[in-house]
Amino acid sequence: MRIACPFCGPRENGEFTYLGDAKPKRPALEAGEEAYYEYVYLRDNVAGEMDEFWYHGAGCRSWIKVRRNTVTHEISSVEPAAGAGAAKVAS
Amino acid sequence: MSAAGQKNRLASGGLIDRNKPLSFSFDGKAMSGFAGDTLASALIANGVQLVGRSFKYHRPRGILTAGSEEPNALVELRDGARREPNTRATTIELYDGLTATSQNRWPSLDFDILSINQLASPIFVAGFYYKTFMWPSALWEKLYEPLIRRAAGLGRAAEKSDPDHYEKAWAHCDVLIAGGGPTGLAAALAAGRAGARVILCEEDAVLGGRLLSDGGTIDGLPAIEWVAKAVAELEAMPDVRVMTRTTVTGVFDHGTHAALERVNDHLPVPPEHQPRQRLWRIAAKRSIVAAGALERPIVFGGNDTPNVMLSSAVRTYINRYAATPAKRLALFTNNDDGWKTVEAALAAGVQIAGVVDARAEASAEQRALAAQHGFAILNGVVDHVEGGKAGVGKIVAALAGGAKATLEADGLAVSGGWNPAVGLTSQHRGRPKWRDDIAAFVPDGAPAGMVAAGSANGEFSLAACLMEGHSSGAAAAGDLGFGKSAGSAPVSDEDAAYSVRPVWTVNSKKKAFVDFQNDVTESDIALAAREGFQSVEHLKRYTTLGMATDQGKNSNVQGIAVMAELTGRSIPETGTTIYRPPYVPVAMGALAGHHRDENFHATRLTPSHHWAAERGAVFVDTGLWKRAQWYPLKGEKDWLESVTREVKAVRSGVGFCDVSTLGKTDVHGPDAGAFLDRVYINTFSSLAVGKARYGIMLREDGIVYDDGTTSRLAEDHYFLTTTTAKAGLVMQHLEFCRQVLFPELDVQLTSVSDQWAQFSIAGPNTRALLTDIVDPSEDLSNEGFPFMGARAVKLRGGVEARLFRISFSGEMAFEISVPARFGDALVRNLMAAGEKYGVTPYGTEALGVMRIEKGHVAGPELNGTTTAADLGLGKMMSTKKDFIGRVLAGREALVADDRQVVVGVKPVSPSQRLRSGAHVIAKGKVPAPETDDGYVTSVCFSPMMDRWIGLALVSRGRERHGEIAMAHDPVRGEDYEVEICNPVFYDPEGGRQRG
Amino acid sequence: MKYSIFSLARAALSGHKNWPRTWRDPQPQKHYDVVIVGGGGHGLATAYFLAAEHGIRNVAVLEKGWIGSGNAGRNTTIIRSNYMLPGNIGFYELSMKLWETMERDLNYNTMVSQRGVLNLYHSDAQRDAYARRGNAMRINGIDSELLDREGVRKLLPFLNFDNARFPIQGGLLQPRGGTARHDAVVWGYAHAADRLGVDIIQNCEVTGFTRDAGGKVTGVETTRGTIGAGKVGVAVAGSSSRVAAMAGLRLPIESHVLQAFVSEGIKPLIPNVVTFGAGHFYVSQSDKGGLVFGGDLDGYNSYAQRGNLPVVEDVCEGGMALMPVIGRVRLLRQWGGIMDMSMDGSPIIDKTPVDGLYLNAGWCYGGFKATPGSGFVFAHLIARDELHREGARFRLDRFRRGAMIDEKGQGAQPNLH
Repeated sequence: MRIACPFCGPRENGEFTYLGDAKPKRPALEAGEEAYYEYVYLRDNVAGEMDEFWYHGAGCRSWIKVRRNTVTHEISSVEPAAGAGAAKVAS
Repeated sequence: MSAAGQKNRLASGGLIDRNKPLSFSFDGKAMSGFAGDTLASALIANGVQLVGRSFKYHRPRGILTAGSEEPNALVELRDGARREPNTRATTIELYDGLTATSQNRWPSLDFDILSINQLASPIFVAGFYYKTFMWPSALWEKLYEPLIRRAAGLGRAAEKSDPDHYEKAWAHCDVLIAGGGPTGLAAALAAGRAGARVILCEEDAVLGGRLLSDGGTIDGLPAIEWVAKAVAELEAMPDVRVMTRTTVTGVFDHGTHAALERVNDHLPVPPEHQPRQRLWRIAAKRSIVAAGALERPIVFGGNDTPNVMLSSAVRTYINRYAATPAKRLALFTNNDDGWKTVEAALAAGVQIAGVVDARAEASAEQRALAAQHGFAILNGVVDHVEGGKAGVGKIVAALAGGAKATLEADGLAVSGGWNPAVGLTSQHRGRPKWRDDIAAFVPDGAPAGMVAAGSANGEFSLAACLMEGHSSGAAAAGDLGFGKSAGSAPVSDEDAAYSVRPVWTVNSKKKAFVDFQNDVTESDIALAAREGFQSVEHLKRYTTLGMATDQGKNSNVQGIAVMAELTGRSIPETGTTIYRPPYVPVAMGALAGHHRDENFHATRLTPSHHWAAERGAVFVDTGLWKRAQWYPLKGEKDWLESVTREVKAVRSGVGFCDVSTLGKTDVHGPDAGAFLDRVYINTFSSLAVGKARYGIMLREDGIVYDDGTTSRLAEDHYFLTTTTAKAGLVMQHLEFCRQVLFPELDVQLTSVSDQWAQFSIAGPNTRALLTDIVDPSEDLSNEGFPFMGARAVKLRGGVEARLFRISFSGEMAFEISVPARFGDALVRNLMAAGEKYGVTPYGTEALGVMRIEKGHVAGPELNGTTTAADLGLGKMMSTKKDFIGRVLAGREALVADDRQVVVGVKPVSPSQRLRSGAHVIAKGKVPAPETDDGYVTSVCFSPMMDRWIGLALVSRGRERHGEIAMAHDPVRGEDYEVEICNPVFYDPEGGRQRG
Repeated sequence: MKYSIFSLARAALSGHKNWPRTWRDPQPQKHYDVVIVGGGGHGLATAYFLAAEHGIRNVAVLEKGWIGSGNAGRNTTIIRSNYMLPGNIGFYELSMKLWETMERDLNYNTMVSQRGVLNLYHSDAQRDAYARRGNAMRINGIDSELLDREGVRKLLPFLNFDNARFPIQGGLLQPRGGTARHDAVVWGYAHAADRLGVDIIQNCEVTGFTRDAGGKVTGVETTRGTIGAGKVGVAVAGSSSRVAAMAGLRLPIESHVLQAFVSEGIKPLIPNVVTFGAGHFYVSQSDKGGLVFGGDLDGYNSYAQRGNLPVVEDVCEGGMALMPVIGRVRLLRQWGGIMDMSMDGSPIIDKTPVDGLYLNAGWCYGGFKATPGSGFVFAHLIARDELHREGARFRLDRFRRGAMIDEKGQGAQPNLH
């Protein structure tokens, strides 16, 4: 597998570490246990395209968001993951 | 030159070098061959037919093919530590002094005791073992299985460590071409001429593929000359790399390919400093599979007899190697290609006994040839071959009209048609599609960026191969934006249509093999069908069809066809099994490369390593680090004596320890404090500049992740430390928090783990020692540098350092950091300056002893399942802020009152040794799952307590201080009483570290 | 026909022409008391135990392909009960005991070979962790032995004892652990369940659940029509999330690819199952002579049933570091399976929030050894609507409650378990 890091260019997947589903947003403290349970434990685990977090640890140390097909491994987009897991700031 | 003993060597011809005779031995018998031979061709030249024994019935077997798909002629090559089991005689380039031994036979190839298995073959049908050997059950492991195991297997692995080196390398290209036959060469020419970066991999030692055996005319030149010209042109192109002895074995995602280069397998041993083999990881934007096609056998009685050989292989041995397997050859074919072997044999002076052709009509040319050379063309099939280990005797044909005919010959060439090599294109689980016109599976798509061309794509004429090779090479380059390819496609007028009449099996009453090596017969497939194993995958698994070293290259299509017929389905309905990498088997050594022995993983050395080594330190592996474990002195009898001395020296004087392995991160920015507040359970934004604080991080699930001290060096600058084990992971976690979760915070992280050498200096004389190291302008007094103080200081001589008054040992202590390049100098200075205080370097053991004496938790307690409260640190959890893990740490089971929490333990008997891993059982209770209260996590001999002490995780432990329980350690055969106690054994008030 | 050496010999006289199908090939009925989705080892074992232990014989096992086509047919065939934590340890020992009587229970030789499972340790900390584990096993009545370096050398003299990066210090041995012939386990359960009346229906993919007005599951929709069911049990490993989603459920599971490998056959070399403690590598040798080995997950979500090179290399590096005598033995074939990786590395056997729907999932890459125990416990749950004692902690709500069973202590990061 080769992932095109937005900062370093295409690199071999041994340079990256996988975290998983990039959909969940970290809930606010007040959201409570149930919201956190879902955030930490429940994943969509789709067979098809999904957004996922990867870490370019052997490169620029960026967290990136990769849209990848879990059936074909085809990658359709890669972007920096900046803020991708942040809950909307509760006002 | 010497051709002594080479009774089947033709007097002339071939691509061998008759000026370079080579000697070799097979089963101890001395023989000779020539440079350019393979072991198989040399054996054939020497008249050897019996080369191996089959897997199950130990039937005598000869050479079937001339390629890497060979199922029968497998030998142990070389000997001693270089012994290579299951090596295909057909791919071994002959070298002088080669030794090969037949395998899977005892006591000899000629007389193999286990060939009596053949007598039991009515019982030993597919899956027989599932139906028996069930009673008595103890005999399975003791008797039946060892017997099966000894009989099975093929060659023997070496008994010594492989002495050769293996390399791994990366290569990048625009177009990768797998196969250097006519198709591959044409493709490389086209892509190379267009300017693309091309890598052409050819499994053989020389380029040309089937052209080497079949000849022909290309661009008006004899094929061999055209190959030489093409190779010369390719080699002149700066961006084209031609790699022989290199097989593309796998295709992975996004254009990553694996290829194995057999760098020095053609030599007795690799030259000094050279690898035996090299594993290439080739990142290619496009790839073209020009791997050709494989001829397939036909299932008839005795089709495994030595000297029943694939027709194309016979041609290869005659034309390329000038070695004929037979003096009088018969042919069994169902297609025109087989007839080329007749022509080749006749040209080499080999008699033709007759041709059995499954097709009704022979062509006029064929009839004329038969008439001219006086052999019969029989319309029908070969029913069976009579013969045995001495080779082919009689060939009995069943003619179309129902009559039988017999041919007398000493060899039989068989052509059942051709299978495109669909292995690579199908590796991403795509299944090939069936083409009725050529009676074969062809690629149906391929992994992204890959195409098949030429005979690998079902195009069997030379003209078509050249054309498709060229067009696919040009197309690949064109796709990538290269201009039009200069030059034109190579041309050949050999464009005859391929005509085949499929014959899979002749339904002979004699034993007829589908999978040669695994001894799968036609009747085994019938049994599988009868018992419901009709899916091809069930068929494979039940009969072992296609599971041998050729992975079904010689057998699968026939097996599928037989099953299709039995179940009334078509071949495409029956389908294929899954094609998996590697395309040909790859040595484990090549896949490992240099990552073995001491170089399995990298070794990280601390800044004081060389100094410690000079002192004779004993080192311990901590992750990738080598850390000094203790520093033995002359006369000390064991580690315990050394460690005890080190601890006492620290507690009574002063010592130091290299703690550079801790993870270190600079946290900069106006929001640095706010950031740390979110990743630690306790608060850091309130920490005063110049102070350090111990912090705990949780995972989001509420479990403790890591701990360490973090210091505030400036308003917007913190220095964070992690444990050694988690250094990299915590950095990754912090970056995740910073980048992904909390992008609104203005904070930057810099890993400085390798930038700072850090030492812990501990003991009552620490301050005195430091005074000699630190610049006199720095105030180290208790007031000027109080407990938990932290700041940059200047050392004598001007080096900028950082000093932290923190203590893991419980003594008056500092940690000092200097830029890593000064680590060695600092440690030598500490020794020199500390001489008058009896300064004592201490290792990780003494470090561990002192932390246990102080009840500090570490790795064994931070085991990924404990909460801060379990560790006795629950009070650190802030209730005033959000932090990672806060919410889920409150889940019911994580705050249950029967959780196992950290306690101290000490054996009731002062002389009793305590061991980690012992379980804690309430006194008087029988050890059982219900009475298992926890276990001992960390132990040491405490010089201060003069006894063994430890920490444990014990259910409701905090309520049980003072209780006498049982340490239950059955794996070490011990039970003894321990007292559960406060985990802080030494200086519980903490006065010493503040002094 | 009962299988034995006598029936085999008799059959040989008639050229093996009279063997019946190992299991029937029935048409699906309209309704079953229980439908099991998934014809792998776990599903078939569940059906067998429903019939054999609970007398529930009106059962169908629905398999979208051929039985055993998932992880049951793609694993490294290791059986063991060397677990540590309450919840796991008793369960895996229950499973081990069922392995020990399997051949006679099923009248099918699944080649259970108790050749021993040895986990090597390379540091004091690993030794202590194995002592803890070995003691936990003993306390639960399971065999375990802590070997020192010489003890390991006696068993496996060809390991790298001389110049290893992480020298072998010893190992934890479970003598009763070993291997079994994975396909035969599938066929054996199919055979035995079939004899008890269970319908095994291949090429029948479940595409949805039918539910009544109250939301209770009343059956399944399949590529071969709707099949009614009193209860539906799901045992589909890597497809768990997909099947659960058909009932509107999200699971604490990710599907990951795990590669496994086999070498060319060689004469007997490795007598038992060995796991390397300083890298990801475990190996045994099959009766056919191939070294069967594996290592770490590729590490990313995948349904592709194939993996990539970095893990191939990593595994072979582990192999060469452990036993450099195999340098010239060739890797023959590699494959990938889809692992249902749970959030704590332990399985889930429980009712779901959907009435009538029962879940058996989250086996990570330890599902093979659990096959008989999983079937036994799941059948108990389906038949009696109560958790079996040895499966009582494999609850779906344990993550919500914080009662994880986390042997590795890695937390909610499935690819680290």
